[in-house]
This record gives sequence, C-alpha cells and structure tokens, in this order.
Amino acid sequence: MKTNETNYAIELKGITKTFGKVIANDNVSLGIKYGEILALLGENGSGKTTLMNILSGIYYADEGTISIDGKEAVITNPNEAINSGIGMIHQHFKLVEVFSAMDNIVLGTKGKYVKSSALKEEILQMSNKFGLEIEPDKKVYNMSVSEKQTVEIMKVLYRGAKILILDEPTSVLTPQETEKLFIILRKMKEQGNAIIIITHKLNEVLAISDRVAILRKGQVVDTVKTADTNEKELTELMVGRPISLEIKRPETENNKTVLRVVDLSVVNEDGTIGLKDINFTLKSGEILGVAGIAGSGQRELCETIAGLMDARKGAVLYNKENIIGKTPDEIINLGISMSFVPEDRLGMGLVGSMDMIDNMLLKSYKKNKGFIIDKKPSRLLAEELVDKLSIVTPGVETPVRMLSGGNVQKVLLGREIESEPNVLITAYPVRGLDINSSYIIYDLLNAQKKKNVAILFIGEDLDVLLELSDRIMVLCHGEIMGIVDAKNTAKEEIGLMMAGKKMKGVDSDE
Amino acid sequence: MNNKSHTPFIRIVKISERSNKDTINIRIIAFVSALTAGGIFILLLGYNPLELYGTIISGAFRSKMAAQATIRFMIPLLMSSLGVALAFKMRFWNIGAEGQIIAGAVCASYFALYHDNWPHFLLLIVMFLAGAIGGGLWGLIPAYFKSKYDTNETLFTLMLNYIALYVITYLRDGPWKDPGSSGFPKIARFTANAQIDKVLGVHFGWIIALILVFLVYIYLKYTKHGYEISVVGESKSTARYAGMDVRKIILRTMIISGGICGITGMIQAAGSDMTLASSVAGGVGFTAIIVSWLANLNPFGILLVSFLFSVLEKGSSVMQSTYGLSTYFAGVLQGIILFFILGCEFFIRYKFVLTKKGGR
Repeated sequence: MKTNETNYAIELKGITKTFGKVIANDNVSLGIKYGEILALLGENGSGKTTLMNILSGIYYADEGTISIDGKEAVITNPNEAINSGIGMIHQHFKLVEVFSAMDNIVLGTKGKYVKSSALKEEILQMSNKFGLEIEPDKKVYNMSVSEKQTVEIMKVLYRGAKILILDEPTSVLTPQETEKLFIILRKMKEQGNAIIIITHKLNEVLAISDRVAILRKGQVVDTVKTADTNEKELTELMVGRPISLEIKRPETENNKTVLRVVDLSVVNEDGTIGLKDINFTLKSGEILGVAGIAGSGQRELCETIAGLMDARKGAVLYNKENIIGKTPDEIINLGISMSFVPEDRLGMGLVGSMDMIDNMLLKSYKKNKGFIIDKKPSRLLAEELVDKLSIVTPGVETPVRMLSGGNVQKVLLGREIESEPNVLITAYPVRGLDINSSYIIYDLLNAQKKKNVAILFIGEDLDVLLELSDRIMVLCHGEIMGIVDAKNTAKEEIGLMMAGKKMKGVDSDE
Repeated sequence: MNNKSHTPFIRIVKISERSNKDTINIRIIAFVSALTAGGIFILLLGYNPLELYGTIISGAFRSKMAAQATIRFMIPLLMSSLGVALAFKMRFWNIGAEGQIIAGAVCASYFALYHDNWPHFLLLIVMFLAGAIGGGLWGLIPAYFKSKYDTNETLFTLMLNYIALYVITYLRDGPWKDPGSSGFPKIARFTANAQIDKVLGVHFGWIIALILVFLVYIYLKYTKHGYEISVVGESKSTARYAGMDVRKIILRTMIISGGICGITGMIQAAGSDMTLASSVAGGVGFTAIIVSWLANLNPFGILLVSFLFSVLEKGSSVMQSTYGLSTYFAGVLQGIILFFILGCEFFIRYKFVLTKKGGR
C-alpha cells in the first residue's frame, strides 16, 4: 500500500459536537494513514469516545467534515460507517451470547446465503491472515473475554473494514492477553489497515502506537510521534500540567486481623458459581488488593461481606463474630462500610436523581429519632465534603448524576469515610476518573489506612494495585489463585494467576 | 464504497437540563395548542369554539349547585390520585385504584347497612377506618406477591379491579340485596345516620381530601418513610445497600396507597351515592393515574390538575345538554387536550434540531 504525506485514510476537519451546554468535541482535526496505529489519549470526558462514535455513525457531528480516502463522506448511521470501511470495536461487547462465533460474524451482513462450510473456510482463512485465533463453531457464552474480543474484531474485518477503531480494548484483558492483542494489531498494520486505539494507559500507548493524538477538554492539544515522546510528556499533555505519578504506600503498625473469611462459597441467582471456598484474612491498617479479570467473583465477594448476597457455605468472621446471615443494616452498624462502584458508576451507592444532601442521608437517616427526617446534619456534611475533597458542583442541591465521574466518586467515598468504618470495601474507586482525581482517591484510602482501617481494594489497573496494596489476592472464576506480597511480585506473575494459574503453596493467612 | 447517503434533515436531541421557566412555558404552549386544535374541531362541526369553551367554564360554576357538583366530582379524583401517587413514587405501578376504592366502599358499607343504629359519629369513624383497612388490604395483596415472588404488579392490580367489581355485583344480587326493592337487584340506600354530613353544601369529604393533600406532601417530603419510598423507587439495590428493608417498605406503602383509595370509596358511597353501587369507582381510579403523572406526583399539583379535570368534566356535560351535542363530543375534546398535554412531555425532555445546510 502506497502512502504519502497527504494521503490520509481518514481525515477529520473541524469536528464539533455539543450535548446541551457541554462541548464534547471542539473543532477537532485529525488524520490517520493506512498502515499506521494512532493512539487517542485523553482523560475521561475529554471527548475520545464521542469522536469515535461520530466516526462510526452513532452520533452525528454538529459541525465539521469527515473525509475517507480524500473524499468527503457523510456518516449518519453505523451501516454507512461500515460501508465506508470503518469498523468499531466497542468497550462492551455487542455479541449474541447463544450464537456461535460464525453466526455472530455474519449477523446483519446483507450478502447472499453462504454454506456454513464455505463460510467457516473463509473465516479461518481470514483469521490466519491476521493471526487471530478463532473457533468458528464455539458459542459465545463459552468464550473468555479475550476470545469474545477476537470475535468482535473478526466481525468488523469480515465486513471489509480497513479502518479499525478500538475503544479501550485492554481494560478487560490480562497483561498476557494484551500482548497477544498487540501482536494482532501490528499484523493488521502490516497488512495496510489504519487503526485507532483509544486508551488512557500510557505504557500501552508507548508500546503499540506510531503516533499519539492527545485530547483535552474536547480539543486536540497535540499530536506527537510515539518514538519522540515519553510517559512524563504525555501525562503533562493529557492533564495540562506536570504531575507526580508515584503512589505512596505508608507503613502501619499494630496490624490485627479484623476480618477472616473461611471456606466461603456463593452461588449466583442463575446457578453459576460466584465464589468457591474462599479463605483470606484482612488486617487493620492494611490495603488488601484484589486483582482479577472482570467477573471473577469481585462483586460476589463485596456483596456477601456487605450482607447483600447469601452465602452457600462458609463464614465471614468480623472480630470472631460470624456476620453471614446478618442484614445489611446490622453489618453497617458493626462498622463495615462498602463503597462499591459498579460499571454505571452511580450504581448502588448513590441515588442519581437525588442531591448530595439526600445522598448523605442514605446511611444515616435512621440514626435520628422520630418520624420526621432531619436534613441539617446532612447538609453540613455535604458542604464539608465539597470543601474538603474539592468536589466540583454547582451546589449541594444539584442531583449527583449531573456531576462528573470523579466528583461522584468523591461524594460516595467521602460519605463512607465520614461514617468512620472499621472495614472499608471499595471496588473500582478510580474507574473512569482522570489522573488527578485518582490520586486524590489513593490519598484518601491511604489516610484511612493510617487510621488503622482495614481496606479491601478491588482494582483493575495492575500497576496501581502493585503500588498501593500491601498484599494482592488474585481471583479467577470465583477462586483464589493466590495471595502475594505486593512489594516483591511482578506484574506478569499476577497476570498468569488472573488467567487461572494457581500459585504453589497458597498461603492465605500469611 | 457506497456513499450515496444523505444528511439527516431533523435530529432528535436529548436535553439534560431544562429550566423550570422553560418547562412551564412549554406546558402553557401545549395547553394553548390543545385549545386551538380543539377549537378547529369545534369549528368543523359548525359551532363557535369560544362560545363552547365559555360554556365549559361557566357550566362548571354557573350556579351554586353546579359548583358543588364540580367539587363533588373532584373529591374522589383528588383522593385516589394522592393514593396512587404514593405507589408511583416507589415505581410500583398501582393501577388498581378502582379495586381499592371498591374494597373500601364495600367494607364501609357493611357498617352503614347493618350497624346504622350506632351513634352517628362513631359509625362514621368506624366506616372511615373500615374503608381504609379494606382498601389497604386490597392494595397489600399485589404488594405481597410482588415482594415475595416478584409478580407483575400492573397486571395483578388491574385484575383485582374486576374481582372487586364482581364482589359488589354478588352482594347486590345476593346477601345484601335490598328486601324492599321488590325483586330489583340493588343495595338499600344508607339511612341518614350513615351519611356523611354536608359542610358548605358539599359532604365533608372535601375537608378530608384537602387534609390528605398536606399529609401526603409532608409524608413524601419530610419523613423517613417518604425518603425510603424515593430511594426504593430510584433503585432497589441502593435501598438494600443502605440497609433498608425493601420488602417492608413496599408492603407498607401499598397499604397506605390502597388505604387512601379505600377512604375514597367510603366517602363516595356515604357522601355521594348514599348506597353501594357498582359504579362507586366509576373509572376515577384510572383517571387518577393520568392526574398524578400530569402533576408530576406532587400533591399540590394533583390538587390543581384534579380541579381542572373536574371543571372539564362537569363543564362538558353542561355543554352537551346546552347544545344538544353527542356524549362522545366531550370525550373527543378531552382526548385532544390530553394528547397535547402528554405530548408536551416529550418536548420537555427532547428537542428537534434542524441540520444546517450540507451538514457543515
């Protein structure tokens, strides 16, 4: 494939998109050539996903033009995007679980009926070309996350996409799977495809891309050659100012066992295994990190300890008292606090349509006597949190769903910390947060640790887990693969455990 | 590559925030458009729209009796709207107000028919409580099954309406049949002792209704129960996470919701019908759903909307008789008005955007 300086596979000029008062993309101009991998880097809310949704026909730009192969194109729906050779691989897979890989790949294509043996042949040929490993007859529900992703990639390739957009493709993968994906992407690049990868992980940007476009507040602040840059420069461009990337791990003393989980097994509502014979201890003044691919039992673990899920067998001993079978109310009163942040962020910890005051009330409204609710303490607490954690909000009476992700997280974590818990369970507290907010959250957790709170930290970014936690427990399919000392464990080791390799001599009690 | 696509001419854009002023303006525009559209319809039939609209307003208040009739119509509508609003706030789709009204009326009627020798006020209080308990229990049934087996409350409450209706028919044709009716199936008229007294010409149900407006407002806004209802309505998992007993809250709220509807039934039977008729609810329980949503589940809004509905209802019946119009005419007019009012909710949440030339 011949390329020259002006021959862009796709070129965006002056793209602007607003949602209400929010400007998601502001006069964005960008180009990518065939045979190139462009990383789109930016904090959450910087407009990466909006921009790509415009390219793939989900949104329509208010202003600006898109050119494909030098010709102006109008993309008003996903079908037109795919006809123009643009294929998007979403963060959340869009596959039919009960169909086979093959059925999912041809689903929605408008060609003539092809015999399944011929189709299989075609798919296998195509997968060989790009080094994809795919079993055409395997049902999606039997697949691992990375296999599903492969099907998604195959799906867009089958539709003839020459320009691939991947939205945070590595967020659900183990380090090993990520490496595998990168090999595939490099192969596609060699075949002359144009690839845009959206991410906020700097090390991945440096590993895979040729060029990096950095978005901040909806604008392209710079486009740099990957070879000429480094993590520090990229962070500064992304955040807009220099920032320290070091996470502290304070030492604490007098660590006593607070929570002891014994042979805990949980079965989900649909009959699948949630947790299987889990054994571990949690000490005061420590952060126990939990690593694992999404859906390995993290949610079940949190909800069982908080009393929201029933255990099939086993016990959770809190200061030697079994809390299995207690109501969430009783568990809260013992001083066990959970701030679980599910994928939709607001999830179960906050009520989106309510303001901060009412959300502060959520766990404390029972404490004041009588029938009438007293909102004054909540208002004071809300105002104090806004001050202390520098929460950006028009006022404490603004519904929390109007706040940005980072501020929502601060509200949630702030409230939980204010209740002075003895055990703090926190799941994905920095999911979707920008770098700066993430570091505020780490500091908050460390401050709690110094107060001798026992913290169970469910995370997804291994680098953060390794730096912040004292010990790391790795889950896979609801089982503990091992509990390791965070100070002297390599990332690759955890990756292998996440994929199901058991550590020899697992010692859950140290 | 296939690029014969075209630029979309109109797009629909969701609005995240709209100021109160805008919202009110849109509602006013919708109301005016409704009157205009209704006016065109009237014109096509060969009448003067202004005159007819005038008749609706004046008809509802043209005499003391007309005004009292309007208020009498408003009382059950207002009360049952307050009742269902409680359930709706919890996102519990109680469309069984009809049945709950009937259940309350039946229970109250038992005392009116068989204990009318009790002292007047004791009897009324007992009837009031019986109505509340009857309606409350009728509301509790679907709530119990919902909280225990997660049954669909919409279907459940709807079906209970018909059961309640047939209970009246059974009582009318069987055990409670009026012996003095010479074979005609009806239930005896309540004696004066079992009738609700009049205050300012209308039975004192209107006072109870007004008190309920305040009570429901305070209950929803300032009490722990009200707070729990909103949290459960927003997200059951959040409620559980906060240590709330979701089951208990659902049961409790539905007893209150059904209870208010049951009181409506008691007041309707003993204040308006003076007997237990199968028409005691007469569709009010369904209209209440529209009223409470139009009022955004706000008790004072419900007061206003139910008043407007009553004026429209009473006024159109006057209009019908004055101009000799078909009974369906008023129905069509009401339909047009509702169409615009409900339709404007779309414009409160979304807007249309015209694409500029060439998509640039």
